[in-house]
Amino acid sequence: MIFEGLSEKFQNIFSQMKRKGKLSEKDIKEINREIKMALLEADVNFKVVKQFTKNISERAVGAEVLNSLTPGQQFIKIVKDEMTALLGGEIERMDFIDGRRNIFMMVGLQGAGKTTTAGKLANLLRKEKKFKPLLVACDVYRPAAIRQLEILGEELKIDVHSEHDNQDAVSIARNGIKKAEEGFYDLVIIDTAGRLQIDEALMNELVEIKEAVDPTEILLTVDGMTGQESVNVANEFNRLLDITGVILTKLDGDTRGGAALSITYTVEKPIKYIGTGEKLSDIELFYPDRMASRILGMGDVLSFIDKAQNMIDEDKAKQLEEKIKNQEFDLNDFLDQIHQIEEMGSLNSLLEMMPGANKKALKGLDLSGASTKQTEAIILSMTNEERRKPGIINASRRKRIATGSGTSVSDVNRLLKGFEQSRKLMKQMSNPNVSKKGRFKLPFM
Amino acid sequence: MELSLFERMRNRLVKTKDDFKEKIENVMYMGSFDDDFFEELEETLILSDLGAESSMKITDQLRDKIIETRSKSKEEVLGFLKEILISMVDVPVIKPEYPTIILVVGVNGVGKTTSIAKLASRYKSEGKKVVIAAADTFRAAAVEQIDEWSKRIGVDLIKSTTGADPSSVVFDAIGAAKARKADILICDTAGRLHNKVNLMNELQKISRVVNREGQGFTIHNLMVLDATTGQNALNQAKVFKEAVDVSGIVLTKLDGTAKGGIAISLIDEMQIPIEYVGIGEKSEDLIDFDAKKFVDMLFE
Ligand SMILES: Nc1nc2c(ncn2[C@@H]2O[C@H](COP(=O)(O)OP(=O)(O)OP(=O)(O)O)[C@@H](O)[C@H]2O)c(=O)[nH]1
Ligand SMILES: [Mg+2]
Repeated sequence: MIFEGLSEKFQNIFSQMKRKGKLSEKDIKEINREIKMALLEADVNFKVVKQFTKNISERAVGAEVLNSLTPGQQFIKIVKDEMTALLGGEIERMDFIDGRRNIFMMVGLQGAGKTTTAGKLANLLRKEKKFKPLLVACDVYRPAAIRQLEILGEELKIDVHSEHDNQDAVSIARNGIKKAEEGFYDLVIIDTAGRLQIDEALMNELVEIKEAVDPTEILLTVDGMTGQESVNVANEFNRLLDITGVILTKLDGDTRGGAALSITYTVEKPIKYIGTGEKLSDIELFYPDRMASRILGMGDVLSFIDKAQNMIDEDKAKQLEEKIKNQEFDLNDFLDQIHQIEEMGSLNSLLEMMPGANKKALKGLDLSGASTKQTEAIILSMTNEERRKPGIINASRRKRIATGSGTSVSDVNRLLKGFEQSRKLMKQMSNPNVSKKGRFKLPFM
Repeated sequence: MELSLFERMRNRLVKTKDDFKEKIENVMYMGSFDDDFFEELEETLILSDLGAESSMKITDQLRDKIIETRSKSKEEVLGFLKEILISMVDVPVIKPEYPTIILVVGVNGVGKTTSIAKLASRYKSEGKKVVIAAADTFRAAAVEQIDEWSKRIGVDLIKSTTGADPSSVVFDAIGAAKARKADILICDTAGRLHNKVNLMNELQKISRVVNREGQGFTIHNLMVLDATTGQNALNQAKVFKEAVDVSGIVLTKLDGTAKGGIAISLIDEMQIPIEYVGIGEKSEDLIDFDAKKFVDMLFE
């Protein structure tokens, strides 16, 4: 759960406060101390915490809160505002310059996730902006790093420029650009080796690459779980390279948000994207206000809807609606839906965005990966007729399907039951008398 | 002349040391040991990545000690602080008995594979027969990465293809380790975030295979943590320990951070020893960790 620890603490602080009704100056001081501790526990940089709590208490002690009829609400609003500001305020999109080749350089510490993120970004921008991307493999140090990028390229069907015998990252980058010019690639993403910000020789290599290719974006990739060190890292990379933005990775972990909340304030460069999983589609634009809502436990309905809408193919949705109405929805469609869900990322990560989602209850639930694989295996072991008319699947067929898919009969039973239930549910949902408004559709609904 | 491991650690960790010492000295210069002093000290400890909890604990203990002894001397108070820190890291390291299986676990990108290469190279130079299992069958080119390392070091590698079942790679590797009379089998695993239930289940399955098939071997579950991770490292350690009974820690990338404090709070809260620290990317950049000497060094 993203920023779970922090968001739990904030919810506690807020609910204590709401119980109070009126807020005195002393109350505010006390709440501020709690906020300070919560942020420090979350690895937020000390200077940032100081500034943040100072801003809050100044505004809160001023007329804004004390004289208000709903001081609790007012206070929460101030916290939300300030946190949004801390995260960069406005959303920052990439600057794509017309008539110029876009060249991105991925930089960062070892193990931050540069290579995977390079692949994700190329894939996303190809899809959204119709770019023809080229990946350039400049990590000449880590064993098999070049191979890793090549494999990502093969998987995504994106071209990769690599030179296995060349030990000079700068010339590989330069050759990559040449290849992009010749092959009319309009987006070049250069993957570089991870390095420590204090490693002068290697940092200098980045400066040279920068001079050689004149990048339009230099993106510092930072592991979202980085602690107090994140500020030093960002400062140093920024000082030497004048980065244009930050990508935070591994936000599907239980990071407490230290890096997210410290970096923008410190280097005054925006967080542009966040990585939210190991799949190549797990990358999202970064919205400061939505992130603030999530950190403060207010949920993020907007991202949820965006994500759902993005994934749904309008025509398919229409067809599906017809099928449901006519009760023709079968196991083939079911499988289709599962694939759609898989593409959306885990159901868990979606549910987490719901305001007030019961975080404790979600914890044990695992709707991702493993179980969908099993479902898929079971359905694929059925004959086409069985998929279309699940009614005919009797005991002996169940046994055969279980053996064929390497599962047990009870697994098959569970799936068939689940299918029946969702079929019923869908029928109800598609009945216009039941739901008139809010009818954006999610697979499975 | 060969530098001792400890000297190498000291050289590489100058930053941690200088940073900590300078900050503590700044606090000490405040002169009197009043509330401001303790608040300032607590901040300093947090900034060194000791975490809010451990920092508060340390400050409280120090306060008690100062009240108890009525000490006003700077040197004495520094001594108390050092004693407190040393008492926090006093967890014994268990030396392995051979043959042994080391299952290496941790989240993505912390340095598992590199640490395995470093361990293998060290054991090999001690004359041990080492086999490595390439059980990260998930990440692109993970098998190639460990393959290249094992060739460089000159140790055997048991591998399968990307996408294969990691448990079965481990199973095969244990068979091979037995057949080849290896002293040490080191198993690389895919990085996984500790909050992914299905991935943690998969790890437990691997661990079950190790426990079941590895009879006759001592089994050591080694967790790799990245020193630039902040307090989240504690969470990672807790969850992995629950899943596979972690018995030792490798703390990597200590060459990159001035904030060695995480080492202290890790040992204190987990009661698991840090056995090695990684201080660079080459195969010799792994040193034995001596927690007491580490604390000593911070005050030198
Ligand atoms: N500076 C420094 N870099 C390190 C250290 N240990 C590992 N690295 C680097 O960190 C990066 C990631 O290391 P890997 O060994 O691939 O990490 P991993 O945990 O196996 O990663 P995954 O298998 O992808 O989860 C590599 O570039 C290593 O060279 C260390 O002690 N210091
Ligand atoms: Mg690895």
